[in-house]
Amino acid sequence: MDRVLGKKSSIAVFVLPGLLIFVAIMVVPILMSVSYSLTQWDGLNAQEFVGLDNFIALVRDNYDNFLVTVRNTSLIALLTILVQIPLGLILALVLADGIKGEGFFRTVYFTPVVVSATVVGQLFLKIYNPDYGLLNVILGKLGLASLQRAWLGETTTALIALLIPIVWQYIGQQMLLFYAGIKSISPEILESAEIDGANKWQRATKITLPLIAPMIEVCITLGIVGSIKLFDLSFILTKNGEPLGTTRLQTGLMYKQIFEYGKYGMGSATAILIVLQCLLVTLLIQRLFKKRRL
Amino acid sequence: MRKKKLPVLKYFLLILVACVQIYPFFWMLFFSLKDNNQIFSMNVMGLPNPVQWANYTAAVQNGHILQFFFNSTVVTFFAMALTLLLSLMLAYAISRMRWKFGRPLLIIFLLGIMIPAQAIVLPVFLMITRLHLYNTRISLILVYTVITLPVSIYILSAYMRNLPQELEESAALDGADIYRIFFRIITPIVKPAIITVLILNFIGMWNELLLSYILISKTNLLTLTVGLLTMQAKYNTAWGPIGAALVISSFPTVLIYLFLNKHIQESFIMGSVKG
Repeated sequence: MDRVLGKKSSIAVFVLPGLLIFVAIMVVPILMSVSYSLTQWDGLNAQEFVGLDNFIALVRDNYDNFLVTVRNTSLIALLTILVQIPLGLILALVLADGIKGEGFFRTVYFTPVVVSATVVGQLFLKIYNPDYGLLNVILGKLGLASLQRAWLGETTTALIALLIPIVWQYIGQQMLLFYAGIKSISPEILESAEIDGANKWQRATKITLPLIAPMIEVCITLGIVGSIKLFDLSFILTKNGEPLGTTRLQTGLMYKQIFEYGKYGMGSATAILIVLQCLLVTLLIQRLFKKRRL
Repeated sequence: MRKKKLPVLKYFLLILVACVQIYPFFWMLFFSLKDNNQIFSMNVMGLPNPVQWANYTAAVQNGHILQFFFNSTVVTFFAMALTLLLSLMLAYAISRMRWKFGRPLLIIFLLGIMIPAQAIVLPVFLMITRLHLYNTRISLILVYTVITLPVSIYILSAYMRNLPQELEESAALDGADIYRIFFRIITPIVKPAIITVLILNFIGMWNELLLSYILISKTNLLTLTVGLLTMQAKYNTAWGPIGAALVISSFPTVLIYLFLNKHIQESFIMGSVKG
């Protein structure tokens, strides 16, 4: 068998094409991003090595209002955890309980996930339209015309108006993952608990929740990492941070630094910070859940 | 009494959420079929009456929407095919072939899953420009392939690992070489995993915005996501044609979702739950 499956030349044929383009377009660019992040560079003149200055400028000196973007990204991650995950979990618990039409509801809830963020963003631009948008029209019909406003244009409401489509679009994904987790619990466990006199609430909190802990871990990780990586919706809805940069996210700042300000070094530093946060969050959550299991 | 009350409450919640999740799409469909008079004053929320097909003609004739649709189709199709071929080969080498570096290679690709596209945007943009591949479909096809490779490899190799060793053994005894084993025996068996990979990659590539925005600027090469943004800028006050364009561009993913919703939901579960 080793003669067939261990032959060096055939292994090379299977591995090299994919590995080469992966190295060329993923591994090398990541290393280049790291090296750019240590320079001051406008893309035209020579790169000037500045060590960790870009990172220090961003984090300590709040360069380009970096800390505002960190605050906004964190707020979105936090609200994802506080709103999207509990709601997704409740929906999953209700649906997994064997209610009539569960397949229909699951399919409906998940629909926004398969539509592009571009379409969702444009759709919400129309919903939020100050003059003719669905939201203000409904408020008007309910006699709440005093609440009507330019949702995306005012600093007080723009961030929350950006957050709602994010929760709206991805809640189906959270629901689905929880649902899959709950369905994978063997019914005998729940039945025997029921026979032992555990009520619905006890079964949900004492049996279902601990057993789907791995799924909760996945959902929290997805929620936070997804918030850190989020770009499309904020690019479309608030033009990467309008009004006045108050809703800018880290990804939006990176985009502006690179493609609008021509600060290649600084933009790369922002990009590297985004990557580091994603890795850190993933590891931290893993650690947290491992501890709880022991 | 209590037992009867509870389901009502549950259904109220479920139906309310269902309306919130789905009505915006119907509203979009409706305004894509209305004229400005209906959209802006007479009939903001309800069914279009009379139906205005002219919006779709406008989106096609003035908005280049068919061109964008074609571009998205070409890029998605070739990137999906290339990703599938490369990830099948890599997954096979990682999970079935006998060599020292299978495991380390898998770990490298798994790390790739965690890297957001933002990390490579600038170097890839510079590289593509320097190679004179800016404004070409091939650049987008290559980049999409690389971005989707890690998850595809993860799904395929997890599936292949559980296949019995005898598959290769008996085939080798019959004198089949490695390529025959791979194409004729393994590939057909992993069909469920292949479908998962194709579904995930189709939805991901069709909907991708950032890289497409950065690598292509020529109107006749734009994909749908970026093309929609240019239309939005051009038709700021004419909602009808924009709505038509939004409907046309979501049509393929939604249609496939309607037919394969079970499969697609399973694929997303597989794609999200990684080791």
